[in-house]
Amino acid sequence: MAQVEAKQGTVPVILPAPRPGHWIGVAVVAAVGSWIAYQALTNPGFQWGTVGRYMLHPQVLRGVGTTVELTALVMLMGAVLGVGLALMRMGGGQVLPLCAYAFTWFFRGTPVLVQLVFWYNLATLFPTLSLGVPFGGPKFAEVSSTAAISSFTAALLGLGLNEAAYMGEIVRAGLLSVDAGQGEAARALGYRPMQAFRVVVLPQAMRAIVPPTGNQVIGMLKYTSLASVVALPELMNSVETIYSRTFETIPLLIVAALWYLVLVSLLSAVQAVIERRYRRGADPAGARG
Amino acid sequence: MDALPAAPPMVAVTDVWKARGRNQVLRGINLEAARGEVACLLGPSGAGKSTLLRCVNALEPCDRGIVRVDGTAIGCEERGGRWYRLRERDVSRQRAGIGMVFQGFNLFPHMTVLDNVCDAPVRVLGQPRTEVRERAQRLLEQVGLAEKAAAYPRQLSGGQQQRIAIARALAMQPKLMLFDEPTSALDPHLVGEVLDVIKALAATGMTMLIVTHEVQFAREVAGRVAVMVDGVIAEAGPPGAVLRDPKDPRVRSFLARAL
Ligand SMILES: Nc1ncnc2c1ncn2[C@@H]1O[C@H](COP(=O)(O)OP(=O)(O)O)[C@@H](O)[C@H]1O
Ligand SMILES: [Mg+2]
Repeated sequence: MAQVEAKQGTVPVILPAPRPGHWIGVAVVAAVGSWIAYQALTNPGFQWGTVGRYMLHPQVLRGVGTTVELTALVMLMGAVLGVGLALMRMGGGQVLPLCAYAFTWFFRGTPVLVQLVFWYNLATLFPTLSLGVPFGGPKFAEVSSTAAISSFTAALLGLGLNEAAYMGEIVRAGLLSVDAGQGEAARALGYRPMQAFRVVVLPQAMRAIVPPTGNQVIGMLKYTSLASVVALPELMNSVETIYSRTFETIPLLIVAALWYLVLVSLLSAVQAVIERRYRRGADPAGARG
Repeated sequence: MDALPAAPPMVAVTDVWKARGRNQVLRGINLEAARGEVACLLGPSGAGKSTLLRCVNALEPCDRGIVRVDGTAIGCEERGGRWYRLRERDVSRQRAGIGMVFQGFNLFPHMTVLDNVCDAPVRVLGQPRTEVRERAQRLLEQVGLAEKAAAYPRQLSGGQQQRIAIARALAMQPKLMLFDEPTSALDPHLVGEVLDVIKALAATGMTMLIVTHEVQFAREVAGRVAVMVDGVIAEAGPPGAVLRDPKDPRVRSFLARAL
């Protein structure tokens, strides 16, 4: 103890390293930032008054609603099918992994825009959709394809199947990140296979699944704007409809951009909450999380 | 049952064979442990000890032979003179009565210690939560960790985790406990606390099959010792005879190195 005190006077104080680049960086950011602010405030082309007028316009709000609804349903479909695909890929046997692999290969390998337009035009391939025995057997129910495949259905199928292919890989990576001993310990305790998956393996896989899934949701929110090509009145399509009539293109694009930013911010907050929930027990100190 | 001349053994492994790819890992294993008996399984690494233990609770199916626990065939059943593998959900029910403790503890890191111990009895056996909680608290006391009920596994030392893993297995009130090198992943100074818990458990009359490298422990606790080499049981019998005076030269050289 005495020795430590005696030496303390000779121990040098450590100063931070000089960082000249830091101040150059600050100057550049300040210059660019003030130019953007100056433009935003003084350039009349932005028409902030018009932006304000359209932010809560009923047609825009309906578009926001459709975008949110489509994103939610697409992600739900993607997540459910994705878990199924991951389980098929990782389970035993030959047929199921191959089917899952083929699905992923096809839906990840073709542009989502092509898939959207394809589903929308399904009627040219199959004029009617029927439920019955294939290869000319009896039919129990029949509808025309144009009636069955609305813009919304086409968008849901096109985006959802594509999303499932990506979610399948995300879920698979998450499941692979969980130690094999976990499922084994659960089985040894007598958990049935689905119980072991749901109670022991999946909650731990979620730690690796949630961050990339957050990326997917946020990406999908904006990808839904592709559905404007099949005439679905989502957010982007709604503002397009308005500015093609009023020619207030820039302010309406700003309206759309602001709405996307609002939604993405909300989603990021939700993601943070979910991540905290699945971090339980993860760090040795304060594992209460 | 009472009329039978002798009680059936708690575990009976009869001529069990298992291949992994081209590798014949188990080549005709026969092993028995009576009710309340502790059998220790020794042998060099790669001999097939873990594989044998995993066949006993059908974590892996064996290719040939039958494992019976308390008279019931595990993982398969006889129908019309033929043996069929059981469906996984039926095997699960059998596993619920056989506890297993792993080398790497395998506690569930996302659950508290108490939930680790309570979840299976509630979820798998459908027992009432309050009753299970009381039993769990008693088991945690028994392994000396009553105050850790609210902790998460990662906040505990290896020795503490392994003791919780033992409590978790005991919470299912198994008839048989399997241990696969329960102290091999522990720092030397933590080995004793886990072995003490297992010794105390032996004293309560629990039937146990223990794979271990702790020869001294086997000598103290085992009623029967078996030494496995290359997929066969090279020597088995009371610990005194097998450990002091082995006949098989492979067993002799293994023990010379292990002691
Ligand atoms: N998952 C596996 N796949 C293929 N071979 C394995 C696997 N696990 C173990 N083996 C082989 O089986 C043999 C017995 O392994 P194991 O039962 O773990 O032995 P022990 O527990 O006695 O050390 C070894 O030759 C090992 O290489
Ligand atoms: Mg082993």
